[in-house]
Amino acid sequence: MPRYMLSVYGPAERNEFGGYPTKEDMLQAFEDTKAFNDKLTAEGYFVFADGLEPATTATVVDGQGDQPVFTDGPYLESKEYLGGFWIIEAPDLDVALRLAAGGSKACRGKVEVRPFHTEESFQAMLES
Amino acid sequence: MTELSRDSEARAPAVARNETVVKEAIAQAHRKDWARVVATLTRRFGDLDAAEDAAAEAFATAVERWPHDGVPPNPGAWLTTTATRKALDRLRRESRRDEKHREAHLLFDENPPEPVGVIDDDRLRLIFTCCHPALSPEARVALTLRMVGGLTVSEIARAFLVQEATVGQRITRAKAKIKAARIPYRVPTAQDLPARLDGVLSVLFLIFNEGYLATGANTEPIRHDLTAEAIRLTRLLHDLLPGGGRGEVTGLLALMLLTEARRPARISATGELVTLDEQDRSAWDRDLIEEGHRLVRQRLAEVAAGGPPPGRYQLLAAINAVHTYARDARDTDWSQIVALYDRLMRIDPSPVVALNRAVAVAEVDGPDVALALVDRLPLDGYHAFHATRADLLRRLRRSAEAREAYDRAIELAGNTAEAAFLTRRRSQLVVPDGE
Repeated sequence: MPRYMLSVYGPAERNEFGGYPTKEDMLQAFEDTKAFNDKLTAEGYFVFADGLEPATTATVVDGQGDQPVFTDGPYLESKEYLGGFWIIEAPDLDVALRLAAGGSKACRGKVEVRPFHTEESFQAMLES
Repeated sequence: MTELSRDSEARAPAVARNETVVKEAIAQAHRKDWARVVATLTRRFGDLDAAEDAAAEAFATAVERWPHDGVPPNPGAWLTTTATRKALDRLRRESRRDEKHREAHLLFDENPPEPVGVIDDDRLRLIFTCCHPALSPEARVALTLRMVGGLTVSEIARAFLVQEATVGQRITRAKAKIKAARIPYRVPTAQDLPARLDGVLSVLFLIFNEGYLATGANTEPIRHDLTAEAIRLTRLLHDLLPGGGRGEVTGLLALMLLTEARRPARISATGELVTLDEQDRSAWDRDLIEEGHRLVRQRLAEVAAGGPPPGRYQLLAAINAVHTYARDARDTDWSQIVALYDRLMRIDPSPVVALNRAVAVAEVDGPDVALALVDRLPLDGYHAFHATRADLLRRLRRSAEAREAYDRAIELAGNTAEAAFLTRRRSQLVVPDGE
C-alpha cells in the first residue's frame, strides 16, 4: 500500500504553549490529535506519528569528509519548520487528502501531503 | 511491393482514399475519438503518459495508412486497437524484466474495444483526473486541453501566450505528480462529486473566458478556437454525466452557448468591443440562442419540480437568457436581472458579482444609485471596475472623474478590443464649460 508523509509546519520560535495561543488551546489540540491518531490506527492507516522539538534544537551533520562537521541549527533558513508528522498508508491520494484534512483540523495547522517512493517508482529510477 | 501487400491492397474496400476525404476523416476522428482512446488506454495501462504517447502514435499511423488502406469502417475502434498495440510494443521494448513482460501479455486484450458505456465512463474518469484539486490551476487547464481536448502542446502554448516549453513542463510535471502521488483514475464518490465537479467546471469556464475576452496585445480579441473547445468539452461532460447531479453543467453549457451566440456582434468592423446595448442583435446566432434557452427552460422546469436550487452557472445562464430574449436592448427586463443577481449574491457574495449587479441596478434605479454601490467595492486592480465607474460617471455628466476612470480602465484592460472601445468613449466625453 502506498505511504504518505503528512507534515505540519510551525514557526521557528514557539511560545510557552508550543505555538498555540493559550494553554487550553494546546491541551484541546493534543486531545483532538490523539483522538485522530486513534482513529487512524483503528481504520488501519496509521504507520507512525510524532511531534518534534523546536528547530532551534536541531544540529546539522556533514559526514562526507574525513571528519564529521557539526553545525548548530536547522539545515535550511526558513520562517517555518517541520513541527510534527504522520506517516500513513492509504490506497490513493484522495484518501490521503481526506485523512490530512482531519489531521489538519485536529492539530490546528496546515498539512503537507507527500508520497513516499514506491517499489515501482524506485525501480523506474534504477532503470532510468 | 510484395505479393502479400498487393493482395491485401486488392482486397481493401474501395472507400475513401481521396486525400481531402481522408484528411477530413482523420480530423473528425481526432475530435470525436482522441479522448476516448486516451481514456481507454489510461485505464488499461494505468499510465497517462503511455496513453498519450500511444494515442499520438495511433493518429500518426492513421495519417500514414488511411490514404493507402482507406478509412476503416469504425475509425474509433481502429485507433483504440492501434494505440493499444503501440503501447504494448513500447512496454515490451522498455521492459527489461520478465515479470513486466508477462504483465503486458496479461493486459493485452485482442477483443475489440468495450461497449460505449464503459468507454464513456473512462472519459469521465479522465476529466476528473485532469482537473484534480491537487494540481495547480494552470496544470489542470493544460492537461485537460491536451488529454481530453487533444490539443498539441504548441496549440495550448499559443492559446495562452506562454512558451511551449512552459506548457510542456506543466503537463510533464502534472503527469508525474498524478503517477507518484497516486491521484486516482476514477469518478469521485457521490459525497465528493459536487465539489469536484465545481473544480472541473471552473477549468472549462477559464478556457472559455480566455477565448471570450482574450488577453494579450498581439492576440485576436476573441479566440473562437478556445470558446469552441470549451463548449465542446462542456457538452461532452454534459452528455456523460447522469441527469440528476448535472444542473450546474447544464447551466455552464447554456451560459457558454448564449455568450458564444453574441460573438458575431461583439467586435465592430474597426476592431472595437461593442457593448450589449449597442450590438446588432440580428447578427446573433439564433441556433445557439435557441439551444441555450432550451437548456435554461429545462433547468427552470427541474427546479420547479423540486430539484436542487440553481447554482452560480445556472443563475448566470438565466441572466444571459434575459438579455438574449430581448429583441431590442430597450426591451431588456432589468428588474428580472437584478433579482437574479440578488440570488447570485446569496451564494457568491463576491465584489465582482456585486459590480455586475450594480450595472443592472443602474438601469432600474439610475446611475447615481449604482455608483454609490460600485464605489464601495474593493476592486481597484480590476479593469471592469474602472470601466463601470467611468460609464456611470459619464452618464452622470461628471466628465473629469469619468476621464480619470477611463484612464485607469484602459491602463488595466488586457483585451485590445476593449481598450479600443474605452479609448473612443473617453474621447467622446463632453467637457462642460469651466472644466
